[in-house]
Amino acid sequence: MAKRAAPEVNAGSMADIAFLLLIFFLVTTTIETDSGITRKLPPIDDEQEEPPILKQRNIFVVLVNSNGGLFVEDEIMEFKNLRQATIDFLDNGGGLGDEACDYCQGPGITSSSDNPIKAVVSLQNDRKTQYGRYIAVQNELVAAYNVLRDREANRLYNIDFTEMEDAYNDPEFQGDKDKLKEKIGVIKNLFPQKLSEAEPI
Amino acid sequence: MSKFKKKDDGGTPAISTASLPDIVFMLLFFFMVVTVMRDNSLKVQNILPFADQVEKLDKKNLIMYIYAGKPSPRYQETFGTEARIQLNDKYASINDVQQFIKEERQSKREELRDKLTTALKVDKETNMGLVSDIKQELRKAEALKINYTTKQGEAGLNLD
Repeated sequence: MAKRAAPEVNAGSMADIAFLLLIFFLVTTTIETDSGITRKLPPIDDEQEEPPILKQRNIFVVLVNSNGGLFVEDEIMEFKNLRQATIDFLDNGGGLGDEACDYCQGPGITSSSDNPIKAVVSLQNDRKTQYGRYIAVQNELVAAYNVLRDREANRLYNIDFTEMEDAYNDPEFQGDKDKLKEKIGVIKNLFPQKLSEAEPI
Repeated sequence: MSKFKKKDDGGTPAISTASLPDIVFMLLFFFMVVTVMRDNSLKVQNILPFADQVEKLDKKNLIMYIYAGKPSPRYQETFGTEARIQLNDKYASINDVQQFIKEERQSKREELRDKLTTALKVDKETNMGLVSDIKQELRKAEALKINYTTKQGEAGLNLD
């Protein structure tokens, strides 16, 4: 029997099929990555431990009430002033002796914090507070920490703290990761983020 | 007889489209690699608040999503306008959160389990009471790493 060449398959509509698949993937998938404020929740202690006693001057109470009003240390404050007020509180450095803070640049008022290591920001809210407002306030508090950390990182290593963190999280980072981690640790110890989110009243 | 015969005019030659499928396949593979499947459809209103002090959530397979907000308009007739929690594709009550976290943990490889982050995608008009309840449940489930997912922008925009 004579051997016949296999007939050629018409591939003209291949492109259409591929386009169809492409459009399907375009519609059903997402490309954007999410970003947000990362926080760590405190673990639940079964044993009712006595909370450590904090000096009143080392606590910075920020309250967002149900109408969205902002109260800082029991006084009304405008939202735009919150960042500076938090920076002033953390950077006050009013401690003496063991509690002195040699890198703080604040005026050292006796009614404000001793040392950034001791300073705690307590963020309180009502059950009816709007989530958007709560996030806005939280964002300002984190910003205050970042401003101070940037300042110290610039003083010690000539680089922004946020830049160091970005480099550390970048998988294609070329330099010495352990060294970078150590530097980040140093800055974090100078201004530890002690931001307590209380349960609503 | 002239040496140079004029070619007969056949119009413009057709461009070969034989490699078109290859090009499209290339595009297709590109999109398949860089994107992820959208795994749940939203049943709640989800306008995220703005923030600018943000960190990126890169490893998508290590994130558990919890949505909250009032039901979308087409579900409002059945479910009202009270803010609700959505887990996977369903509305859920606050008691389901712990179970959801457990199931999500089970589905991941063992060495990755403590690297899981919970992303809270909460509508900006929601009351903090609901968010606090979720946070409390997450503490009970020992899922302590959370991320308030936000849009990039000035925080002051949330106040209007």
